[in-house]
Amino acid sequence: MQHFLTTESLDRDQLIAILDTAESFTSVDGRNIKKVPLLRGKTIVNLFFEASTRTRTTFELAAKRLSADVLNINVNSSATVKGESLLDTLRNLEAMHIDMFIIRHHNSGAAEFLTQHISPGISVINAGDGRHAHPTQAMLDMFTIRRVKGEFANLRVAIVGDLLHSRVARSQIHALRTLGAKEIRVIAPRTLLPSHIEDLGVVAYQNIERGIKNVDVIIMLRLQKERMQGALLPSQHEYYHLFGLTRDRLAMAAADAMVMHPGPINRGVEISSAVADGEQSVILQQVSYGIAVRMAIMSMLAGN
Amino acid sequence: MKTEIINAHMVDPANDIDRVSNLYLHENTIAAVDAAPDGWQAEVTIDAKEHYIFPGLVDLAARMREPGQEHKATIATETLAAVSGGVTSLVCLPDTDPPVDSPAEIEFIQQRTHTTGHCHVYVIGALTKQLEGAMLTEMAALKEAGCVGVSNLLHPVTSNLVLRRAMEYASSQDLTLFFHPMDHDLKANGCIHEGLSATRMGLPGIPSAAETAAVGSCLALIEQTNVRVHFCRLSTQRSLQMLERASFDGAPVSADICAHQLFLHDNDIHDFDGNYHVLPPLRGKADMQGLRRRLCNDIIVGICSDHQPHEPDAKLAPFAATEAGISSLETLLPLTLKLVEENVLGLADAVGLLSHKPAKLLAIDAGTLSPGASADLCIVDPKLEWRLDAQTMISSGKNTPFLGQTFTGKVTHTFVAGRLAYQLKQ
Repeated sequence: MQHFLTTESLDRDQLIAILDTAESFTSVDGRNIKKVPLLRGKTIVNLFFEASTRTRTTFELAAKRLSADVLNINVNSSATVKGESLLDTLRNLEAMHIDMFIIRHHNSGAAEFLTQHISPGISVINAGDGRHAHPTQAMLDMFTIRRVKGEFANLRVAIVGDLLHSRVARSQIHALRTLGAKEIRVIAPRTLLPSHIEDLGVVAYQNIERGIKNVDVIIMLRLQKERMQGALLPSQHEYYHLFGLTRDRLAMAAADAMVMHPGPINRGVEISSAVADGEQSVILQQVSYGIAVRMAIMSMLAGN
Repeated sequence: MKTEIINAHMVDPANDIDRVSNLYLHENTIAAVDAAPDGWQAEVTIDAKEHYIFPGLVDLAARMREPGQEHKATIATETLAAVSGGVTSLVCLPDTDPPVDSPAEIEFIQQRTHTTGHCHVYVIGALTKQLEGAMLTEMAALKEAGCVGVSNLLHPVTSNLVLRRAMEYASSQDLTLFFHPMDHDLKANGCIHEGLSATRMGLPGIPSAAETAAVGSCLALIEQTNVRVHFCRLSTQRSLQMLERASFDGAPVSADICAHQLFLHDNDIHDFDGNYHVLPPLRGKADMQGLRRRLCNDIIVGICSDHQPHEPDAKLAPFAATEAGISSLETLLPLTLKLVEENVLGLADAVGLLSHKPAKLLAIDAGTLSPGASADLCIVDPKLEWRLDAQTMISSGKNTPFLGQTFTGKVTHTFVAGRLAYQLKQ
């Protein structure tokens, strides 16, 4: 692998290799000195055209634990960032002899675009492009699922919420399919389901009680506040009433169902605090596994 | 100057000719077909054995970017690209900078064509001032300056009331309305057909209903006003069905399709390649096949290039941030010949859709090889294989998804008003 852009193009062995490598890095987290020298002397740039706290910091930590030098560049996303300036930004940074770019951008395909114009030898990791893909998030979710459940083959997984705008969900669906999950369900009102979503190999439900029945894994998606009023959804209140994950609804899933969320959480909008903080929730584990998974991907791209 | 082209396979659908014949050109007109006029002494003889002669092609839509966007292309570069592809008459569209909304821009284009152009250029004027969709242009003045129709292109018209009035006013000036159906509310920020590809790539989709809803409301206005409307660049088969039905009921409608919609569908878009970014978007495969099946219907009066040359920077961005459009003058004829090869169209029907049918829509003297007509024609080597390369493309715009593809059949000579405007370098 030179780049890591999407989970769609990877086969099962590649996904498993990432999970296995990440497993080996989880021990680094527990050490007193949390560094390994795998990327010593390498320069990694976090190039973020969209605001992010969690993803950027975990990438930064992951890079530092691999002993790389890290540069964070946040480009104001409120200004219209045109293609030329994306390319110009890239060219300028390239001149500084960067080894790896981690890019987040509001346009789908931005990371792919970068790989088409970058000098050979430089790696690109997609940290989220438009609605297209967020493959490192999906891989840390897969890692979390495997840690808790062991195998994918018998799992029923439900993804609940704003699938229309979610790059996380798309990457999760591809990864879950390749890893052999038994059934993938997507649950949302019709306005938040992309067209032809079922052709990706999932079953769509517009009713959470039916969709959640007997599932082993529940992945809640974040619903952005600005999307809660207007033509997509009438109100926050009605959304929670129809799709919020409450204790009563969680009880309809398998008894040992795990609850996930890529964060940040809107408590009382998509998930109740009781569930988010409850014993079936693995939301905080997801965050800490994020570092190990990103270390794994970075070190694999660097040829380790 | 007397030129004769002998032994050619002549295809002139307007005159029902599809056979080996000879053509005689005198000055700027066609002097005779089959047999030479009395006392004929040719100064130039072209033996076109095993070549086709077609009427010069008439392209209903080709941007040349002049005035105002000369960094993309010019009348000089694009009319040369046109004749290299057998096009001898093209229609340029009003979305220049400034837009063609007054006689001044038309006169500028005519002037530049006169001094730098290689083929006939016709102008469609703006339907509304600045293409802003609110105030009508001075259509009588546009017509007097020579425009062949009016259009707001894909710029929204603010309401159906404005559209109705524009239709009626254009009709009272005997100007054809070239209507590009797009419901901009339904389109929203879409940049690709709403379907599985859009979902996979995470790109906002444009539903088919964005086109059919606009077709539907325009048909309602046609029924109300009985104004003739030409529908441009249809991308869904449902739109065509609606127009066929309306035409059957007596509505005065016609339509055209651009060549790339007959060869590409949304599933072809790969690697977020901005060269596939067009408006209307490449639809699903079923639509593409549906458009192909309906090409022979009478309401279709043209296959056009919808040529939109861009500078490289316009496509150097992630898909949604690229400018839409394909540089397509040089692939119009090769793609249409491919339809013949694939048995979608007969040769005469294909040539008709590129020549006399669009000429008739525009009411211009073009598209036939009748004696007395303007000597606009192209000679085509049907067996010549060639590859479309950025280096050898003549248009300033190299933005096409067909780069690297091999085609069979190439224009060897193009005559515009009796003058040899293009000859393929051997």
